[in-house]
Amino acid sequence: MATIIVVTSGKGGVGKTTSSASIAVGLAQRGNKTVVIDFDVGLRNLDLIMNCERRVVYDFVNVINGEATLNQALIKDKHVDNLHILPASQTRDKDALSKEGVERVLNELGERFDYIICDSPAGIEHGAQMALYFADQAVIVTNPEVSSVRDSDRILGILQSKSRRAELGLEPIKEHLLLTRYNPERVEIGEMLGVKDVEEILAIKLLGVIPESKAVLTASNQGTPVILDQTSDAGQAYSDAVDRLLGENREHRFIDLPKKGFFKRMFGG
Amino acid sequence: MTQSTASAQKQEHGLQLRGALVPMTLLEISFFEPELFRQELAARIAQAPGFFENIPVIISLERYQSEDIPDFDHLTTLCLELGIYPVAIRGGNAELQAAALAEGLACVPAGKEKAPRPITQPDGAASTSGIETATTSHADAVAEQPVTSAPDSSNEVLAPNASVASPSEDTPAEPVYIAQNTRVITTPVRSGQQIYAAGGDLIVMAPVSAGAEILADGNIHVYGPLRGRALAGVKGNSGARIFCQSLEAELVSIAGQYKISEDLQGDRWRKNAQICLREDRLEIRPLVD
Repeated sequence: MATIIVVTSGKGGVGKTTSSASIAVGLAQRGNKTVVIDFDVGLRNLDLIMNCERRVVYDFVNVINGEATLNQALIKDKHVDNLHILPASQTRDKDALSKEGVERVLNELGERFDYIICDSPAGIEHGAQMALYFADQAVIVTNPEVSSVRDSDRILGILQSKSRRAELGLEPIKEHLLLTRYNPERVEIGEMLGVKDVEEILAIKLLGVIPESKAVLTASNQGTPVILDQTSDAGQAYSDAVDRLLGENREHRFIDLPKKGFFKRMFGG
Repeated sequence: MTQSTASAQKQEHGLQLRGALVPMTLLEISFFEPELFRQELAARIAQAPGFFENIPVIISLERYQSEDIPDFDHLTTLCLELGIYPVAIRGGNAELQAAALAEGLACVPAGKEKAPRPITQPDGAASTSGIETATTSHADAVAEQPVTSAPDSSNEVLAPNASVASPSEDTPAEPVYIAQNTRVITTPVRSGQQIYAAGGDLIVMAPVSAGAEILADGNIHVYGPLRGRALAGVKGNSGARIFCQSLEAELVSIAGQYKISEDLQGDRWRKNAQICLREDRLEIRPLVD
């Protein structure tokens, strides 16, 4: 049976789709059969980030409605083996996601894949609830600012009360904090919440800290998930996060300001 | 209390009389005209149907003005039809008390007037209809508090506990509070969540986030930072307290008396604290003095 991981946040624009794409690629690179599903019906984005928008024929809603088979809708990723994408429908709305339909599709995917990544839409309404309902684990994407932290807290409450695991009284969903757009310099001068502050408020385990980086925007525009750019700090940070997700120990990087060397201190840098 | 001693005592005595402070709703009447009474009571109940379901009430005669002695039998019947149970009267002269006793209603000594009467409607407002079937301000506040509980516009006290009627009210001793349904929460209480411990204490062994709301009829204990709202003694138990390891709350309230975050930024802010009600004011002290 596959492990279902929802990537969610409550707040929009914090990096859910970017993180979903990179985590999915990372898992596939490490030999796991992985599928990533875009739950953002009506605001389809994942296909752009994964650069497969020109190959979308059928989508998630078509499969739910029985208008297409999974094989027809799944798109094989061109960057890595073992990875498939199930795109969202752009012409429908979130009401098209029925609980029974989503469950049927997830069960079918579970027979073929090791990991199912659910890219959640923003908000706490039906679409977001469907994305997290069947999850075994959750990656909470949070920016280091108060409103994002508050919304993450809200979505954690929903994970604990409205998910399948909560309703059936099973072992709770395993929660991971992924702090994105982190800028140690701005933390230093008090413009941004620090890792410790966010950890203290949300009280969940830190999966990784992704530094604010130009490489992320570049990667999005080119349609290559940023984890594939291992020269960038953001790409390396995502790799570390995926390793931790698989249970490996990796020391956290990119949290503190780099210490200036002797020459930089003497002559400015 | 250990179970063995309790059962041993039971065997010896068969029964036990114990003092308890129970919040009670007052039904205040100034005269009794059956049809008008029924209509007004039904209208009040319709405002908060769940709250008035099968509750006991005390008929308050402290503002009874009519010369006639009310037909207590008829009054009781009307109340029962609407699902509330008159158990006693409060106040009234000897004649009224005798009439009530004859119909099986107990007599409770008149209460001390400490606080203004109903807040939701000033006294004059309802009297145009000629009858004033005011439930106590206490009851009004309880019916609304768990839902709204927001001190948005006014700084007025929501629920003066003065109108909580109890047989032991006149005894000077500290009220004895017996916790029954303690609720224990071991996971963080997140923003947007609301947890209510009905009829007892609430113990939270994790942080309470900003935007969360915890309520209890009894005490509230938070073994972690308290960042949300905490309302203890929501049914008027003024002996309830709030204990927390780090006071960072948006609002704390005991029996309707509240303080908002702005007023909490004193020397206990972000430190351990206990909050209790003393002479109708919230007092914030360290956990251990």
